[in-house]
Amino acid sequence: MLVFLATSIVAFAAYLLLTLPSGTVGLWSVEELVAGAVLAALTGLIARNVGFPAERKERRAMLRMFNPLRWVLFLVYLFGPFLFAMARANLDVAYRVITGKIRPGIVKLMPELSTDLGRTLMANSITLTPGTLSVDIDEDTHALYVHWINVSNTEPSSREVCGSFEAWARRITE
Amino acid sequence: MTILIYVLFGIGLAASVLGSVALVRFPDVYTRLHGATKCTTFGSIFTTAAVIVYGFARGGAAHQTLAIHSIIALVALLLTNPTGSHAIARAAHRSGVKPVGAVVDRLEEES
Amino acid sequence: MIVSSVAFFAVAAVLSLCMIISVVRIGLGPTVADRVVGLDTINTMVVATMIVLAAAFDQVVFVDVAIIYALLSFVGTLYVARYLEKSP
Repeated sequence: MLVFLATSIVAFAAYLLLTLPSGTVGLWSVEELVAGAVLAALTGLIARNVGFPAERKERRAMLRMFNPLRWVLFLVYLFGPFLFAMARANLDVAYRVITGKIRPGIVKLMPELSTDLGRTLMANSITLTPGTLSVDIDEDTHALYVHWINVSNTEPSSREVCGSFEAWARRITE
Repeated sequence: MTILIYVLFGIGLAASVLGSVALVRFPDVYTRLHGATKCTTFGSIFTTAAVIVYGFARGGAAHQTLAIHSIIALVALLLTNPTGSHAIARAAHRSGVKPVGAVVDRLEEES
Repeated sequence: MIVSSVAFFAVAAVLSLCMIISVVRIGLGPTVADRVVGLDTINTMVVATMIVLAAAFDQVVFVDVAIIYALLSFVGTLYVARYLEKSP
């Protein structure tokens, strides 16, 4: 029930955002509000077993993201360290395109994050930042395999590969 | 405001051109994915940001709608792009493509 | 007019040029994975171009199409990747 409500609220918010300046009730027209509510309820019914994971721990982690404080933290992360690292990533790729200097390899990381959501955030951050690309994850041991374009150490710590991202992922999702 | 829009467009276009050149120049799938994913995502973020700034600066209901919808498109791009490249990298490794000139390959050793 | 629509068309033209460069990789790519990487790149650039052209023509519908295109192309990439994993 809780999962159904959460999915419906997210779907309804997306619908409202897409039909923003349309009428007189607040910013929306009555027709849009009714259609949005019906469609959001339908989406929640269909997706109640799909969008949310079955495990209790994972579900709690997902519902925890409704806390607005975590969104603020996420936005700070997105516009602070993440955007900066991404700009550096582009300069790094430019340098390697011009000089052709690469020393690639696939290394193994052991992130100490307890939820799937945190690991997803970390893997996506790794893909978009300097010289690293997540290739595979082990479902049981949660080891993360990362393709590194300039290997300086074959047994690296997570700090060497991706800076402060693990700490940020833990701060946002746990 | 006009200058800001032009600067955003300039950064975005530079990153996009860099991404497609990287795609042609790098030697194997994984390094190509590096170039393609990072640079094109960064480029689309900046060209879309220019459109968002343009929408809010022009004002009026139609242009604000344009800006808000562009923000949603940006979020969709940011969510789907790294996930897609992750899927391609994993599929490439499982279908037997080896990284060219790799110093170390832990995934190959342990699976 | 803050920015003339010629600027938007010029940006769209440069992005199209990038797409043509990526098509070279689709033609050359020795493995299927290389071709998929090229396709993924082109998808991202098509979305960016659609958003820029929406601003040029003042049509919000283009952005809606771009959102749907981004989500559907993602699903397409996932399907090709899954097919690639199954076939040795």
